Amino acid sequence: MAATTYVGKPISRVDGRAKVTGEAKYAGEFNTAGLVYGYVVSSAITKGKITKIDTSQALSIPGVLQVFTHENAPRPAHFDRSFKDDDAVAGAPLKPLYSPEIGFSMQPIALVVADTFEIARYAASLVEVEYKAEKPETDLTSKPKGHKAPKGKSGFTPPKDRGNAKKAFEMADVQFEAEYVHMPEHHNALEMFSSTVLMDEEGKLKIYDKTQSAFNSQKYITQVFGLSKDEARVVSPFVGGGFGSGLRPQYQLYLAVMAALELKRSVRVTLTRQQMFSLGHRPATLQTVSLGASEAGALQAIKHEALSETSRGEEYTEVIVNWSGSLYQCDNVKLDYYLRNLDVSTPMDMRAPGAATGVLATETAMDELSYKLGMDPLELRLLNYAEVNQLEGKPFSSKALRECYAQGAERFGWSRRNPVPRSTREGTKLIGWGMATGIWDAQQKKAAAKANLSVDGKLVVASGTADIGTGTYTAMSIIAAETLGLPIEAVTFKLGDTTLPEAPLEGGSWTVSSVGTAVQEACEAIGKKLFKLAKKLKDSPLKKAAFEDIAFADGRIQLKGNPSASVSIIETMRQTGINYIEEETTALPNFLKQMKYSRNTHSAVFVEVEVDEDLGQICVRRVVSAIAGGRVINPKTARSQILGGIVWGISMALHEESVLDHDFGRIMNHNLSEYHVPVNADIHDLEVIFVEEHDKIVNPLGAKGLGEIGLVGVAAAVGNAIYHATGKRVRDFPITLDKLL
Amino acid sequence: MNSFTYTRAETVDTAIGEIKAHHTAKFIAGGTNILDLMKENVERPDHLVDITRLPLKQIETLPDGGLRLGALVTNADTAYHPEVQKRYPLLSKTILAGASAQLRNMATDGGNLFQRTRCYYFYDTATPCNKREPGSGCSAINGFNRIHAILGTSEHCIATHPSDMAVALAALEATIRVSGPNGERTLAMADFHRLPGDKPQYDNNLEAGEIVTSIDLPANGFANNYNYLKLRDRSSYAFALVSVAAALELEGDTIREARVALGGVAHMPWRKPEAEALLKGQKATKENFRKVAEALLEGAKGFGANTFKIELAPRAIVRALVMATEMKKK
Ligand SMILES: Cc1cc2nc3c(=O)[nH]c(=O)nc-3n(C[C@H](O)[C@H](O)[C@H](O)COP(=O)(O)OP(=O)(O)OC[C@H]3O[C@@H](n4cnc5c(N)ncnc54)[C@H](O)[C@@H]3O)c2cc1C
Ligand code: SF4
Repeated sequence: MAATTYVGKPISRVDGRAKVTGEAKYAGEFNTAGLVYGYVVSSAITKGKITKIDTSQALSIPGVLQVFTHENAPRPAHFDRSFKDDDAVAGAPLKPLYSPEIGFSMQPIALVVADTFEIARYAASLVEVEYKAEKPETDLTSKPKGHKAPKGKSGFTPPKDRGNAKKAFEMADVQFEAEYVHMPEHHNALEMFSSTVLMDEEGKLKIYDKTQSAFNSQKYITQVFGLSKDEARVVSPFVGGGFGSGLRPQYQLYLAVMAALELKRSVRVTLTRQQMFSLGHRPATLQTVSLGASEAGALQAIKHEALSETSRGEEYTEVIVNWSGSLYQCDNVKLDYYLRNLDVSTPMDMRAPGAATGVLATETAMDELSYKLGMDPLELRLLNYAEVNQLEGKPFSSKALRECYAQGAERFGWSRRNPVPRSTREGTKLIGWGMATGIWDAQQKKAAAKANLSVDGKLVVASGTADIGTGTYTAMSIIAAETLGLPIEAVTFKLGDTTLPEAPLEGGSWTVSSVGTAVQEACEAIGKKLFKLAKKLKDSPLKKAAFEDIAFADGRIQLKGNPSASVSIIETMRQTGINYIEEETTALPNFLKQMKYSRNTHSAVFVEVEVDEDLGQICVRRVVSAIAGGRVINPKTARSQILGGIVWGISMALHEESVLDHDFGRIMNHNLSEYHVPVNADIHDLEVIFVEEHDKIVNPLGAKGLGEIGLVGVAAAVGNAIYHATGKRVRDFPITLDKLL
Repeated sequence: MNSFTYTRAETVDTAIGEIKAHHTAKFIAGGTNILDLMKENVERPDHLVDITRLPLKQIETLPDGGLRLGALVTNADTAYHPEVQKRYPLLSKTILAGASAQLRNMATDGGNLFQRTRCYYFYDTATPCNKREPGSGCSAINGFNRIHAILGTSEHCIATHPSDMAVALAALEATIRVSGPNGERTLAMADFHRLPGDKPQYDNNLEAGEIVTSIDLPANGFANNYNYLKLRDRSSYAFALVSVAAALELEGDTIREARVALGGVAHMPWRKPEAEALLKGQKATKENFRKVAEALLEGAKGFGANTFKIELAPRAIVRALVMATEMKKK
C-alpha cells in the first residue's frame, strides 16, 4: 500500500498540537489595540415588562463607554425576515434590545461597554431595573396538550401514517403502552459564546465568531445591519464545541456588531456560563409509545406521540417520532407530533436532535415489550428487522444493522445473559444488561471547495466549513492527500472564513460527506490537469494511458497495473513550467440517484450497569457500540466521535437536566457545578466497532457521517440495563438514584 | 462583581485589623468559594484581605497527642499528609471525596469550614433568599429543593452546609481555634456551625473579624474502623446528597465507642451523641445500626424534591457502619 494511503488509517488530529499548546485561537481570544468589552445584563424575570431601567450609576463608572438598553439601542431592521438565519425556524426571531417585553428567563436586556471586561462586568451589576412581572408558564407536563407541529424548516417532514394503527393496536395479542418524559438539556460546550468584532479604518468589520457556519453569521449580520458581504467578513478557525448550539447566530453576535457600529470601535462580547443557559436547548419532551404485537413478537401496531416545548415566538421542530416509522417492519403506524408554546427561549438542535429523544422512547418501549412477550430484546428486534424503510417506501442505500447486532452482541457476550430481571448480583450490587438500536440520517449537501497545488509540492485546500472539534481539518487533509497521492504533511486545510468557498452549516453529520466530496472533486480536477501535463512530458510512460488507468500515490502519477511506470508530480509541474494549479468545484449531491433510497446510519448499543441495591447508585460498567456508518475516513477521530456520543448518551440517561423552578420560570442549576455531565470517574469500559458499508449512493466517498449516531440509542440501552438489574422501570429521564430507592 | 481593594496580610493581627478597618471586608484564602460568590454578586466585599501568607501552614503534633492543622494548609496537603493518612484516615478519605484535585490544591482547611451553601437560590440574585437577603423569603421551601436539608430546618431556611471535611471533623470532635479583636478562643466543632433558625444569614457562631487559625484533632483518630460514604449524582465533583462519616472503636464484635456524623442533610454536620451512645457496649450488627439511624433521623422533614433523603440517609448510615466494621476486626 502506498505511503500516501490515509483513508481508513488512524490519523492523529492535524490541529492537535495547535490546540494543546494554545496556539489555536478561539473567537474570544483575538485582540487588537483599543478593543473594548461588552457585558450582557440578563433579565431577572421570565415574563413581563421592564417598567424602568436606570443606567446612570453604571454610566458614572470611569471607563464605561455606553450602556445600551431598549431605550437607546438602535433598531437596524424592522422585519422578522431580516433576522432569519439559515437555521431559523418559523416565527419571529429574538430582536435584542428592541422592546421592554420579556419572554424568557435571562433574556438580554442591556449591554454595558467599557474599556475593560472587569469594568463592564462591575457596571453591569449597577444597572437598576424595575419590572412588571407576570406568572410564567414553563412546565411542559402541566398541560399535556399542544398544537400540531407545523412543517418546519428543512429536515422536518410530518410523518405519514400507514395502515390503521388504532385498530391494529386494539386487536393485537400483546399490547404495551407507556409515557416517557425527559427534561431540557443545554449544550454547554466548553467554549462560551463569544464574538470579537474588529473594525478597520474604513469601518469594515472582521468578525471572529463562535459558530458552526461563518456564512450563516455573515448572512444574519448583513441582513440585519444592511451591510455588504465585503463589509462583514466572518472568521471562525476554531470552535470549542458546538453540538448544534452554533447553528444559529447567538445574541452576543448581534450585540457586539451593534456596539461596534454605534461606537465605531472594535468590541468583544463573551457570554458567561450562566448566560449559556439562556440560549437554545434540547426541548423537554413528553412521549407516549404504544406497541401491539403478536404472541410470537411480530409488531402489528406502532403509535408514537410526542409533545415538545417551543418558545412563544418561534416554532422549533425536530424529527422525533418519524424514526418509529422506519426502525421496524410494521404495517400499522401512527405518528403524531405536537408543540406547546412556553415562556422559554427557542429550543435548538442538539446533537442528534429528535432522534436522541424519540429513539429513547421507542427503544425503551421495545425493551418493555420484550419482557411482556417473554422474549430476548435483541431477538425481538431481529424478528422485526426493517429490510426497507416503510416510512419512505424505499430501500436503504445500505444497512448493516444486522451485522451491528451480531458483532456487538458477540463482543459484549449477550448470549450469556440471564433474561430474568434482578437475577445477577455481586455483593450489594445488582448487575444488568440492556441494549438498544440507533438510527440517524446520512445526508449530503451542496458544498464548494478549492485546492491549490504549487510546484514545491504544497497543497492548500479550502472550504468555509467549520471544525467544531469533530476533526474536519484532519478528515479533509486525509481526503486531499490521498486523492492526489501526497504526504499529509504537504496539505494545509483552511476553513471557517466567509472569503473561502461556501460550505453548508456544520451539522447533521453531513460535513465529511458534503465538504469531503467537494474536496475530493477539487483535488481530482487538479489530478486531471496534472495527468494532461504528465502525458506531455518527454518519454512519458503515461503517454498512452487514460485517466482511469492511473493512480496518484507517493507523490507520483503511476499506471495502476504497473506502479514503476510513473512520473513525479513535482517534476511534471517543473518540467512543464507550471507554478501552480488551482481548481474550485461545487459538489452537488446526485439527487436522482439518492432519491430512490433511504440513506441512514445505524447502531446497536449494548450496556452493562451495576446498581447498588440499597443506595441506588448507578455505574455504567461497560458499553459496546457497533456502528454502521458507511466508509470510515479516519478511524481515530471517528472513534472519538462515537465515544463522545456514548458519554453523552450516558449523560442523558443518568445526569443531564436543566432544572426549572416553574414559579420563576428560571433554570436553577445554571452552572457546571450543578448541571451535571459525567466526569471521567463515571466512564469506564467503552468499545466501538465499525461495521463498514460500501455505499456509493450516499456520496462518492461512501462516508455517511458519524457525528450524531454515536449518541442515539445509548440512553435507552442504559435505562434498559437498569431495568434488567433492578426490575424497576424509570420512564422519566435522567434516572437519578432517588428514583431507584 | 463589584470593584474592591486588596491587601495581603503578613500577620494574624494585621489581618484582623484590616477587616475592622473596612466596611465590608472579607478574607480570601484559596479563593475557590469567595471568588465565585463575588462573580455572582452574592458577596460584594469592598475589600479583600489575602491571608495566604499568614504563618498558619503547618501540620504539627500537639502535646496531648492530637494533631494541629494550620488554617492555611491546603485540603490536598492535609489529605496526603503522612500523619493524617496514618492516624486520621477518615479525614483524609473525606477530603478526597470532595471537589476536584484542582480545587483541593487551592482550597484551605480554614476556608473549607466557611464555604457557603450551594442552594441554587442563594446563588441566583434574581430570586428571593433569606440567607442572602434577610427577610426576602426562602425560595427553596416550595421550590426545587432536591439538595436541601431534612433536619434542623426552619421556616426561614432549609439550606445545607456543603462541606465534606466538616462532617469528618464533627465525627472526630475537632476543636477550632480562632483569633479575633477580643483575643483567642476555641470552639468545639459542634458549636462552630449553627442551625438557620430565624437568622439564616449566619452560617456559624464566629464574631465579626474573627479568623480561624487552626483545626485541632484529638488524639483518637479511629484509624481502624471508619468510613466516609458520600452519595451524590456523579462519581466525583459533586456535592453530597447524603454523606456519612462513621467511626467505631471495636473490641471483637463489641462497640466501645461510635461516632456518626451526617452531611447533606442539615445546615451543619449532623451529630447526636445520644444516638451514638445507643451503640456503646452493643454488638456491631445491622439491627443496632438501624437503631442509630432511626435516632439520628428523628424529626426529619422533607420538602418535596428532597424527601427521598429521609429514606436514603438511614440506608447510608447502616451501610457506612457495616463497611467500617468490616474494615478490620480486632
Ligand atoms: C465546583 C466546586 C465543587 C466543590 N465540591 C466540593 C465538595 O464536593 N465538597 C466540599 O467539601 N467542598 C467542595 N467545594 C468547595 C471547596 O471545598 C471550598 O470552596 C473550599 O474549601 C474553600 O476554601 P478556600 O480556601 O478556597 O476559601 P475561600 O474561597 O478563600 O474563602 C471562603 C470563605 O471563608 C473565609 N475564610 C477563609 N479562610 C478563613 C479563615 N482562616 N478564617 C476565617 N475566615 C476564612 C473567607 O473570608 C470566605 O468568606 C467545591 C467547590 C467548587 C467550586
Ligand atoms: S434554603 Fe436558605 S439559602 Fe436557600 S433560598 Fe431558602 S433561605 Fe436562601
